[in-house]
Amino acid sequence: MADVALSNVSKSFGDHRALNDVSLTVPDGAFVVLLGPTGAGKTTTLRVVSGLETADSGEVAIGGQAVNALTPAERDVAMVFQQYSLYPHLSVRENLAFPLKSPRLKTPPDEIARKVGQVAEMLQIAHKLDNRATMLSGGEMQRVSIGRALVRTPQVYLMDEPLSSLDAKLRADLRVELKSIQAETNGTFLYVTHDQIEAMTMATHIGVLDQGRMVQFGTPREVYEDPVSIYAASRLGQPRINILPADLFGRAPDRATSIGLRPEQIVQGEGDDSLVTRVEHLGDQTRLHLSFKERDIITITDVHTALSAGDIVKIRPQKPFYFDADGNRIT
Amino acid sequence: MAQIVIRNVRKEFGAFTAVQSSTFTVEDGEFFMLLGPSGCGKTTTLRMIAGLELPTSGEIFIDGEEVGQKPASERDIAFVFQMFALYPHMNVRQNISYPLVSQGMPRADVRRKVEEVAGTLGIGGILDKPVGGLSGGDRQRVALGRAIVRNPKCFLMDEPLGALDAEFREHMAEELRALHDRMGATTIYVTHDQLEAMQMGDKIVVMNHGVVEQFGLPQDIYDWPATMFVASFIGSPPMNFLPFEGMVGKGVDHVTLGDARIDIPVLHDAAHGELVLGVRPEHVHLSDAANFRGRVVATEYLGTTQIVTFDTANGTLKARIPSGERISVSAQTGLTFDARTLTIFEAGKGRALLSEGNEGVLGHG
Repeated sequence: MADVALSNVSKSFGDHRALNDVSLTVPDGAFVVLLGPTGAGKTTTLRVVSGLETADSGEVAIGGQAVNALTPAERDVAMVFQQYSLYPHLSVRENLAFPLKSPRLKTPPDEIARKVGQVAEMLQIAHKLDNRATMLSGGEMQRVSIGRALVRTPQVYLMDEPLSSLDAKLRADLRVELKSIQAETNGTFLYVTHDQIEAMTMATHIGVLDQGRMVQFGTPREVYEDPVSIYAASRLGQPRINILPADLFGRAPDRATSIGLRPEQIVQGEGDDSLVTRVEHLGDQTRLHLSFKERDIITITDVHTALSAGDIVKIRPQKPFYFDADGNRIT
Repeated sequence: MAQIVIRNVRKEFGAFTAVQSSTFTVEDGEFFMLLGPSGCGKTTTLRMIAGLELPTSGEIFIDGEEVGQKPASERDIAFVFQMFALYPHMNVRQNISYPLVSQGMPRADVRRKVEEVAGTLGIGGILDKPVGGLSGGDRQRVALGRAIVRNPKCFLMDEPLGALDAEFREHMAEELRALHDRMGATTIYVTHDQLEAMQMGDKIVVMNHGVVEQFGLPQDIYDWPATMFVASFIGSPPMNFLPFEGMVGKGVDHVTLGDARIDIPVLHDAAHGELVLGVRPEHVHLSDAANFRGRVVATEYLGTTQIVTFDTANGTLKARIPSGERISVSAQTGLTFDARTLTIFEAGKGRALLSEGNEGVLGHG
């Protein structure tokens, strides 16, 4: 496999600047997840790497070689789209084998059979191998289209929200599978999602995109524990980070306008009184909805807490984040 | 508002039985979740409550009146399908007014009512805008407004947030729940998303293959599942199942897996043969000295917590532990479980054995 490097890449569609001077290195064997809401530039980044879009300026390199001028096929990437695209007249087996039969690869038939069987097993569709592609459910079709990428060993796998159409249980299974495929093959993955659980659990690195700009790049732990801005901090964490006026709990550093508190940055039982407005039992965690000086705060508490709406609980911040007026992190 | 009682309700479509024999009660003012995978019968159940399908047998009571065989129009219920279904050629006010106008309500009353509802939903400022240009959230609020404006006895909602992306969905879920808390209307809500059910529901019915697997408070169902299906459907990651061969009787307070003694809540049931120890990931702890051993095969970082996957002599086990604990892949360690939280299942029937732990939740049927 290979590394992928974007240097100062910009791309506009008419007046809309989809990518604004994006630089990014996906190390060989890394699993990089691009995170951001709709319109942040995630999919455009992927399409520029694949060759489906051409950058207006900047360079895209795969394995150290500039590929701006190469066609998608010449770039040797395997792409999975959000919407599956299969050959309807072929069986599942034939669909999976198709990429291996390309004249450029010259894969021997027994190798094709082995590869197809292995991928089908992994994606839990081995029992459907002889079905026509059109006879499958949506979730099964999506698994076949993921499988068509995985049978190959390209320079890099590019995946655009491949799990978003699947139900919760299958999504959880495939997260673990994709992660272990990556670990076993040491493949390079560039993966787009707006699902933070996927980002946290699969990524070796997360790239946070905001309106076409790369605002933070780091391990999931770095982005979660050391976010550069309110925007980056809000991308990860359930419940979402609480953003409050900086001086709500007392003196704040100079220039700070907001204080950011994740649940683990709120100490309960010490500090000032807050009012419990709702206790939300989610099974593995219990969320406390608090009202503190007329601000709403959500935090996590003991699963079997005795607290209920109307109770008073003391809270104080612990190692909080502070942000300036532009939302950038100060401390 | 309304109390709704479902008693022995069955629905067949030709040779296919969509709902076997459902019995549960929705109390006045509850936010009630019908939860299960696709094809489990939850939507059919909802449609029978609405009167869009008539039960093959059994009874449905709304406020004490048996309505099982009455058509939808005689039930005074509002059904919210996909919330985006608006009349595109009408503005917001006309969309919300429509159900009242078609009932023949006087104009002045319609106006007053619509403005009141728009106020509740926070869309008073956009009443005269066309629905075409609205954001997703506002469209959804308008669709809700159209359901609320009639003041029905009960709201029925079929996966209303299903089509939304994750971030927006969480926001709308909170808004819906807050709206319910203000209005207090009985609401029955169908979903396949266990987190949504846990988050929004006062009570949950879990269905599978047309059968009610369990009915109760969300936390009770999570802590004390009646069946292995419920235990695996609710929770992410789901409850761990550790299969073992054994014999247990009334009064037993531990089981043996390999050479490890595992304390459990005192059993009130007896069983033998293929048994399963059920343990939630957050009740697994690392303890070097413990006899039950596992080898770390993977870790998943989740911010506050991490999920650690172990290989054990009894299969795969996932633990949810604080992110602060550093874990290295391939490490061998002992594992302990919170004794008071464990459930023993009979593998064949998939049912939980009664114990002093779950007696209060499952004891009465």
